[in-house]
Amino acid sequence: MLPVSDTVMQGLLVAAVVLPLLGAAAALLPAPPGLRGSGPDQAVLRHGVTVTGAVLAATVVLTLGFDHDNPDAMQAESSVSWIPALGIRLHFGVDGVSLPLFVLTALLTFLCALYSYFKMPAGPRPQTFVALLLVLECGTLATFAVLDLMLFFLAFEMVLIPMYFLIARWGGEGRGPAAWKFILYTLLGSVVMLLGLLVVGLNAQGGPTFDMVELAEAHGAGLSHTTQVVAALAIGLGLAVKAPMWPLHSWLPDAHTAAPTVGSVLLAGVLLKMGTYGFVRILLPGVPEGAETFAPYLAAFAVVGIIYGSLACLALARRGARGDLKRLIAYSSVGHMGFVLLGIATLTHTGVNGALFANIAHGLITGLLFFLVGALKDRTGTTDMDTLAGTSGAALYGKAPRFGGLLAFGAVASLGLPGLAGFWGELLALLGAYHPAGGLSRPAFLVFMALGGLGTLLTAGYMLIVVRRVCMGDPEEPRPALASLRTVPDIRGYEFAAWTPLAVLTVLAGLWPAALLGLTDPAVQHLLPGVTR
Amino acid sequence: MTSATAALQQTLQHGAVQHIPGGGAQDASATVPTAGGLVQSVDWTAIAPPVITAFVALAVLVADLFLAERHKRLLGRLSLAGLALAGLSLIPLIGEDRTTFCLTDDPGVCSYVADPFTLVIQLLVLGGALVAGLLSLTAVEDEGLPAGEFWFLLLSSAAGAALLPASRDLATLVVALEVASLPAFALVGLRRGERRSSEAALKFFLSSVTATAVMLMGVSFVYAATGSMHLATVAEGLPATDSRLGTLATTGVALTLVGFAFKTAAVPFHFWVPDTYVGAPLPVAAYLSVVGKAVGFSGLILVTLRAFPSYGDVWGPVLAVLAALTMTVGNLGALRQRPERSRSAVRLLAWSSVGQAGYLLVPIASAAYADSARDADRAVGSTVAYALMYGVVNLGAFAVAVLVTRTSPEGRLADYRGLMASRPLAALCLGFFLLCLAGLPPGIVGLFAKVTVFSAAVDADLGWLAVVMAVNVVIALYYYLQWAALLFRTDEAPAPAPAGGAVGAPAAHIAPSGVLTATISGTAVLGVALSGAPQLFLRFADTALF
Repeated sequence: MLPVSDTVMQGLLVAAVVLPLLGAAAALLPAPPGLRGSGPDQAVLRHGVTVTGAVLAATVVLTLGFDHDNPDAMQAESSVSWIPALGIRLHFGVDGVSLPLFVLTALLTFLCALYSYFKMPAGPRPQTFVALLLVLECGTLATFAVLDLMLFFLAFEMVLIPMYFLIARWGGEGRGPAAWKFILYTLLGSVVMLLGLLVVGLNAQGGPTFDMVELAEAHGAGLSHTTQVVAALAIGLGLAVKAPMWPLHSWLPDAHTAAPTVGSVLLAGVLLKMGTYGFVRILLPGVPEGAETFAPYLAAFAVVGIIYGSLACLALARRGARGDLKRLIAYSSVGHMGFVLLGIATLTHTGVNGALFANIAHGLITGLLFFLVGALKDRTGTTDMDTLAGTSGAALYGKAPRFGGLLAFGAVASLGLPGLAGFWGELLALLGAYHPAGGLSRPAFLVFMALGGLGTLLTAGYMLIVVRRVCMGDPEEPRPALASLRTVPDIRGYEFAAWTPLAVLTVLAGLWPAALLGLTDPAVQHLLPGVTR
Repeated sequence: MTSATAALQQTLQHGAVQHIPGGGAQDASATVPTAGGLVQSVDWTAIAPPVITAFVALAVLVADLFLAERHKRLLGRLSLAGLALAGLSLIPLIGEDRTTFCLTDDPGVCSYVADPFTLVIQLLVLGGALVAGLLSLTAVEDEGLPAGEFWFLLLSSAAGAALLPASRDLATLVVALEVASLPAFALVGLRRGERRSSEAALKFFLSSVTATAVMLMGVSFVYAATGSMHLATVAEGLPATDSRLGTLATTGVALTLVGFAFKTAAVPFHFWVPDTYVGAPLPVAAYLSVVGKAVGFSGLILVTLRAFPSYGDVWGPVLAVLAALTMTVGNLGALRQRPERSRSAVRLLAWSSVGQAGYLLVPIASAAYADSARDADRAVGSTVAYALMYGVVNLGAFAVAVLVTRTSPEGRLADYRGLMASRPLAALCLGFFLLCLAGLPPGIVGLFAKVTVFSAAVDADLGWLAVVMAVNVVIALYYYLQWAALLFRTDEAPAPAPAGGAVGAPAAHIAPSGVLTATISGTAVLGVALSGAPQLFLRFADTALF
């Protein structure tokens, strides 16, 4: 641990949240002399890299200064009254639950900015693109850093407009309807969530408060069972749309497929986590009885999501199904997030730790996969599996060995190969389901566990099919469907720079899970007292 | 027009005249020995805001007779100066809680009270009238409206609207309501020789008059049951009504509320809104959407909470159902607007204002379920805070609409396509206003205004209403966002211009208006400032207004 004073820590945390917002405003202004670069477009894209880089640096220092011996305590905490009329405070802080997500967000956004600097998605002015990216970063970072329910809601909503425009303006085919579907689904969920948050805050013990720390400490004291059930339902619905939980997931495949590469990366890597983070941070400690009431249903829906996502992917991966690779990764997200939700639904330390681990792992791995698929589309002009694979397979191993290798690496990481990040989260989630919290039906959870285990098998199935059809094959295939398929350029320098961190962290998290679990476990124990496992 | 003047005069003297026979007792604040109590001292500072407005209205009317045609522009400036002065006259009243026109034998019962509630609504009304006036400066010239009449009517209506929140007896309330409405009918129909304009005025007039008649009947019933016009006395008298008069009292309460429901354009009294807004000159529509609403809502608040609190179990559920219906009908109406239709932009704003009226009703309905008077006041504070937000943002949206309509007189939503390319500032501002109305960041004012309304409903355990409102918020988001997205759309071909239309043609002949730009920027700056410091307007949701 780096000895960093409290004031500096507070400053770093607030700066990391505010800096992107200021950067977004600056991105819309003309560049000052001396920073003009080779043109306005290049200057603003570089500005994006600088700002996200500075934010990443701040979060890294924050991590180093973080007291790793007490990850259950809120650190870098600062609180200023903002709207006394509603009791809303500008309350920031991080603990072991939020810190990994905070760093992941800063990292992924930086990598996206870096990638866009070299490979700007086709669309209108980059000035707007960079500004939207930075506003998006501000909203996501704020979601993980604020400790006031209303600010959480504000941050939750803040990401919608930038993501809408990123999809609608820089996206691919079908972007208009997809962007609409994304924003309407999420809004419907978040308005209901607002009602739930108000119910919790206004009925809190000892007078209305929206302070998340206070509410978590109270563990639902003073809230009647009915209130808790109503609040848990409302909040849970809003978060479940975002997570997404089957059957509220149907916005996700469209949005991911239509979004530009960096949009997909951030959607999968960060935005989905806002939902699951809300479950752990607000729902479980804030309304424990309500959470217990709905845990079996949440687990059931999560398991259906796992199976459904895998089956959809299998269907897409079949020969002749004309499945879209991007869509397939999107459906695999539904399955992976199913494991996260299953872990949360067990209400045990093991399960919730697994969920938080799987969150990070999914952010790293799926982020990498979306980068790769996006780059593949840029190279070949298609993500249609049948077009890519032709008669024998796309043969990326032969045409672009490093690219193919990295894709295969992402695929096996995603299927949960032991030794890589994807393994631990799913294992712990299933382990949690083996011994769910007292009060939950064990037989039901054993069934869920068995079905989840089946899901891992199915995941392995479709991921290996993808590897076989895309990475393997005859590089000298006589008549490929597209001329662009004859030669596929291998990984370029900037791609290497953008993707290596994700691959390295995937391996690191797989080999040394204690680094992450050591952070989350004490915090989870603090949020869920009275649970033995 | 003359009737409006007469009514105004009557209003201003009304309080004094009514209470002369009190006899003997001294004035509330005064040590002035009066000649047998026949003369009452009037607190001129307290009544300054409506009086200044009314006085300037008369001054404009007279000046119009003596001014040469080329100097008529001065009338607009004079009127705006008058409104600004009236607004400034609020400053000495802050924190004073002044009363005047009190009963001589009971100084606690007054007809005119300048409490925080009054001041906030007066600020909203005068500010709204000022912004509508700024928008009218160009519109009066562009459309060739008769300047003298226009400014006189606008100011008279504003005077009535400023009087209304201060009135604390039913008679003054009704008179103020009429003073605010009668000039508005004429304003709507002021475009000479245009069929749509006069049709709108007639529609507005007929439905409004019917509502007034019903309301007067209700007021007379209440008077018959309680023997008083003063809200405070009525509130005390109603629970103690002779049981044989119970039906009369209940009918009176219900009928009185109908009149105010009309002014707030609550369902089923909303039919006049779209046609009236479309037929009226745009600044007048802006005025009606903000000041007209403020009048209706402050009247409704006064009547329900000050006069009929004991009938909360009657009007509470009724208002809750009205709120749910109003927001649903309004938002569905707005959703149906086709962008290609002529005047669809104003039509959408009109329907959305009906929807917004539904949200404004929610806290008033919640007040009926409040456990204590303080909670009820807090709930009403949410309505006031929401109305302030809505006033700023909606006037801003109308200001942009005025700007765009100058170059594209058809006023279709489709005309806003790609506005970002041609007028980036206006497009950004309109986008911001629409997001505020929708309640989505970066429109943080709108978001927190909605949060207060929601929390009022949740606090009152009106869960079903909160859910209905949640669904409505999403519906509204859809059409607001669609409009906002239209502003930034450039890739598609521009909408085909109607045959022979000048739509989209370069508008070199129309000089850019500095006033209009300033108004748009001003409202936008105010909106952004409120977004950064929502406490500025949300504090009304937390303080005792009465």
